[in-house]
Amino acid sequence: MLRLPSFTYLQPRALQEALAMKADAGPDGMYVAGGTDLYPNMKRRHQEPTTVISLVGIPELRRLGSGERGAVPLGACLTLTEVQADRSIQERYAAVAAAAGLVSTPLLRNMGTLGGNLCLDTRCNYYDQTYEWRKAIDFCMKKDGHICWVAPSSPRCWAVSSSDVAPVMVALGAEYVLAGPGGERVVPAARFYHNDGINYLTKQPDEILAAVRLPAPDGWDAVYHKLRRRGSFDFPVLGVAAWVQWDGARVADARVVLGGVASWPQEVPEAAAALRGTTLAPEAIAAAADAAYRPAKPMDNTDFDLSWRKQMTRVYVSRALAELAERHGITA
Amino acid sequence: MGTRKPTLRVVGKPHRRVDATAKVMGTTKFADDVALPRMLYAKLLRSPHPHARIVSIDTTRAAALPGVHAVLTGKDLPIPFGILPVSQDEHALALDKVRFVGDPVAAVAATGEEVATHALELIRVEYEPLRAFPDALDAVEHAEPQIHDYADAGNIHKLIDLEFGDVDAGIAEADVVREDLFFFEGNTHLPMEQHAAVADWSPSPDGKLTLWSSTQTPHYVHRALAKVLELGPARIRVIACPNGGAFGGKSDPFGHEIVVAKLAMMTGRPVKITLTREEVFYCHRGRHPTLMWVKTGVKKDGAITGMHFKSLLDGGGYGSYGVASTYYTGALQTVTYHVPRYRFQGARAFTNKPPCGPKRGHGTPQPRFALEVHIDKLAEQLHLDPAELRLKHLVPAHSLTANWLRIGTMGLGACIEKVVRGSGWREKFKRLPAGKGIGLACSSYITGAGLPIYWNAMPHSGVQLKCDRGGGVTVFCGSTEIGQGSDSILATIVAEVLGLEPRDIAVVTGDTDLTPVDLGSYSSRVTLMTGHAAIQAAERARDMIAPHAARKLELPLERIGFAESRVFDVERPERGLSFAAAVQLAEAAEGTIGTVGSYTPPPSPGKYRGAGVGPSPAYSYSACVAEVDVDAATGIVRVPRVWIAHDVGRAINAASVIGQIEGSVYMGLGEALMEEMAYRGNRNVVHKIPSLLEYKSPTTLEMCDVVTYLVEDPDPNGPFGAKECGQGPLLPVPPAVANAVYDAVGVRIDEVPITPEKVFKALRRKEKGEAPRFGPTAFPDIAWPEPTRVPPPWEGGDGKAVGQRDGRTVGQKPVSVDPRR
Amino acid sequence: MPDAKAKIALELNGEPVEVAFAPHKTLLEVLREDLGLTGTKHGCELGECGTCTVLLDGAPVLSCLVLGLACAGRRVKTVEGMAERGQLHPLQEAFAELGAAQCGYCTPAFLLTAEALLLENPRPARDQIKQALAGNLCRCTGYIKIYQAVELAAARLRGEPAEPARETLYGHP
Repeated sequence: MLRLPSFTYLQPRALQEALAMKADAGPDGMYVAGGTDLYPNMKRRHQEPTTVISLVGIPELRRLGSGERGAVPLGACLTLTEVQADRSIQERYAAVAAAAGLVSTPLLRNMGTLGGNLCLDTRCNYYDQTYEWRKAIDFCMKKDGHICWVAPSSPRCWAVSSSDVAPVMVALGAEYVLAGPGGERVVPAARFYHNDGINYLTKQPDEILAAVRLPAPDGWDAVYHKLRRRGSFDFPVLGVAAWVQWDGARVADARVVLGGVASWPQEVPEAAAALRGTTLAPEAIAAAADAAYRPAKPMDNTDFDLSWRKQMTRVYVSRALAELAERHGITA
Repeated sequence: MGTRKPTLRVVGKPHRRVDATAKVMGTTKFADDVALPRMLYAKLLRSPHPHARIVSIDTTRAAALPGVHAVLTGKDLPIPFGILPVSQDEHALALDKVRFVGDPVAAVAATGEEVATHALELIRVEYEPLRAFPDALDAVEHAEPQIHDYADAGNIHKLIDLEFGDVDAGIAEADVVREDLFFFEGNTHLPMEQHAAVADWSPSPDGKLTLWSSTQTPHYVHRALAKVLELGPARIRVIACPNGGAFGGKSDPFGHEIVVAKLAMMTGRPVKITLTREEVFYCHRGRHPTLMWVKTGVKKDGAITGMHFKSLLDGGGYGSYGVASTYYTGALQTVTYHVPRYRFQGARAFTNKPPCGPKRGHGTPQPRFALEVHIDKLAEQLHLDPAELRLKHLVPAHSLTANWLRIGTMGLGACIEKVVRGSGWREKFKRLPAGKGIGLACSSYITGAGLPIYWNAMPHSGVQLKCDRGGGVTVFCGSTEIGQGSDSILATIVAEVLGLEPRDIAVVTGDTDLTPVDLGSYSSRVTLMTGHAAIQAAERARDMIAPHAARKLELPLERIGFAESRVFDVERPERGLSFAAAVQLAEAAEGTIGTVGSYTPPPSPGKYRGAGVGPSPAYSYSACVAEVDVDAATGIVRVPRVWIAHDVGRAINAASVIGQIEGSVYMGLGEALMEEMAYRGNRNVVHKIPSLLEYKSPTTLEMCDVVTYLVEDPDPNGPFGAKECGQGPLLPVPPAVANAVYDAVGVRIDEVPITPEKVFKALRRKEKGEAPRFGPTAFPDIAWPEPTRVPPPWEGGDGKAVGQRDGRTVGQKPVSVDPRR
Repeated sequence: MPDAKAKIALELNGEPVEVAFAPHKTLLEVLREDLGLTGTKHGCELGECGTCTVLLDGAPVLSCLVLGLACAGRRVKTVEGMAERGQLHPLQEAFAELGAAQCGYCTPAFLLTAEALLLENPRPARDQIKQALAGNLCRCTGYIKIYQAVELAAARLRGEPAEPARETLYGHP
């Protein structure tokens, strides 16, 4: 049986208590929420904290705001099932509920949290392996080694951002509330991520992702499409989050964000530019899909052949945008 | 006496399995559920190199770690073993060489898995890396360095060339000749239960070893333990726990079983090992990746005039069942459609990957995929409906094939008709809208291998039966419950013969101390072979009991019947005794009521070298229609529904038969669409995805609907006419899906799995006007041996090869030619 | 010293239980090794197969990724708690009746996931059953007998007289 290494487990009841515990534990302390990302990693010796601080017993992290006036705050420790099943999220943030509902399996979603998915460790099939396996390739730079096997001449790690919800948050322009020793700060979702497989978050290790603020529904619409081998379990090999701000029949503004093709949720401004001012007619969609295809850079470190995954960017971006058009009453 | 069987009371009815209650309550004891006081835990250190010589191993630091009780290396277990007598090429721990990443090198027994794992990190192994062979083509091209010091040539483990009639002359008579190349990727069993074993040692003067293991073949494990540990078999007890899925992956004796036994002997404490999921991938013994070439000549009506088939198997690092697997890739091409002249050339290469072996369908799903897609192409070329072509040229029942296999009942025609009608084939084939398609394929499989793994003249299956004076009956048999329902088959058959209910029968199986030998749960042999042994034992018990009931009831023996837990007058059923009372009469007169039964398959008519693989007491048949949706923009294939008809001879338990068929369709669907053992040839030949996340097993959301039809034409060689159902129905699924993809979008995917990338590439080729196909393009040149020429039965042959002096065959002592034909 | 045993109290299969274990152990390990409840199985220990499913406060979760310490004061239900007073739960009964358990290894997990589903939705459509069970892998059955068993049990739990369809047991005519 794969087992966890030994560690001290702490269960704070308040945010300040958690921050204090982390300060005490120092660099060998880590936060955990649902455990569905951290514990498998610990079993494979990716992360080896000596102190693990659980956040799920902190009531303020489990709040679900009504957001009747303005932005809706979602506590980071809501489970993915709660986000998926909440009626008000379904109604006003269907893309968020859908993305949460596409994560892994129903069982995992009962444990895994919104914050956990947003902070999901980048993935790579040279990295997501046991210690013994990684030893057979002399490890990689993300853990215990020096090289990136995906791109051996690369100075950086190419592990893949594999969150389903993160691309949606970037597309929506959501804000993340971080609690740290120095107090609270708010960052736009896009600025929470780095395009680097190792340092993929701008969050400091002692900061806690406390909540997500979703923009108030205001004439915008968004969708999330996911490509993977099976209808459950699998991480995205491509995620497409598309957001448009409608101005009547025209697109006032747009964002297209790709998951599974880079070490961060990859925003494609060229695709957005191709959509602004259009009516999301097929030509505009094709232009945006083409724009999204170019920067997509899948590597040989997930399921499926990388050239096919790149080809699929076009198809999935088109389909996501076509769905938005259709929902707005525009038929091709 | 009561041999008149008006109707079957129990056989044929769906009934609750005898192990069902324990399984739904979670009380079934699997190997990892066994816990003994003071038990130690073992862990294995595995090779990080695909091919290397072991220079030295230093275990001193590991041995000194507190909590560590013993450390083992290959030198402690130097005797080789292996499932086949011809390939005794494994060591419990690598002796001087490692042959794949994951090959076990050392073992530790400690007070806990955590300590044992830590101890492994303290073992220092110095390796001298050797050139590694990532695939069969590489191994065929390069003879050096040899992975094993035995082989038919260089790194080619096995070479076979068999010719039944003049195939070139046959093909010359054809109106149409077609050649095709196919590739079937390797895949693995993936039982949900990871292998586990627990050993316990009773020290001198007993000197007795007990091993609990998740094995399909306790008898072969028993033999391997005796050999490697140099213990008398009478000092070893192997208990096969119910397997949490096996599918062929638990049918070799494994190094870890021997290791825990040795560790228990060294420490005097029970020792357990439970493999991690990754280690289960290293045990493997799954489907051989197989490259195939086939050339067939046909007349305008589709009649085959000659067929030439070549296969190249990627065997991995050890022999396992590989020699048999190689023969199986050529054995069953002849049992579905009449092939008058047939040649088979097969080669198995050693490579530096976990060893391949027998997975559900053992060596036959690959050639069946090739053959059924090949036939589909031939039908199109001949402008014939693929169903009609097949129906027109079926092998007749009760006949011999070109390669001397004896066919019994043959329900393939009925199977084809069922699925053609059920699926609406005639309305749908070539008529569905773009992107939707329908495909047909058929198959056949053995009901038990005709020969044992090692030469012996003893029965393949034995049963002992005990009647208690309270009316209970216990049946003892070495068979192993791997989920297929074999315990229930024993209970059902004994209940049928003795007029009881299955739940009245206690079943004791898979324990070498308690049960007579059954060779194991492989080759779909268990229902047929244990069934016959159980019938014999039960009939003997009936024969012991009946005279005493007859005397008591003052009836002639022939008027005694057994049913409803009673022994009675068949003409006046109200006159009779309870079964218990009848047993008591018999016991008072005869002493303890116990009987035995056994079964040996009929001899095979083929006498040539190589004739040992393929013969079976009976062949099952299946026909399958698959419906697909192909997304032309992505190449993604979905299979909403499969219709499958299976000729099972007779269903002993219909519900279990359907369960086996649905499960076979599931596994066939996974192989057709997504399952593959993928390695990184350029990165030390590591397994790319040894996890349940990345090895893609279909979930509820990928599984298709299945419409199942049972065809029952009792086979004279089967118990109550029964034939197999656990493996054969897997075989037609991949080719049916491939043929349906062609019907949907007009591209041929001559390679399994049929992934979106392959469909996408083939569609792009089609758009560009290139050949609308994805698949292999060449078969390598191999220095084949001089063929063994065997005239087929209709050319006056006697089952022997030309120039063959005696009747010797592989693994078989001389036997007389069977006069029946 | 993190390896010193920790002790917690929880409600296990309806009864209060105290158990001591090494604090880094998962609920899976605590159930199997410290409480002797081996009905909960494991297939990967990484949350990738669903075999170790138990109900935690009524919700099906992966016991291989739940820390034992996180279960203090909570309600855990395993397959051992399904039958009551010597009576199989209707789901257990239906699984046994239809042969929805072949090797039986994934069965406890399917039973518990299905129990949670039926508590939430007494009349699930086939697609809803597939969605609810999409995190449990079975290599034996192809899931079909499992769906049929869940449907049969659901009907019986609703108080409807229900028998298996003929083709479930005998195949199609």
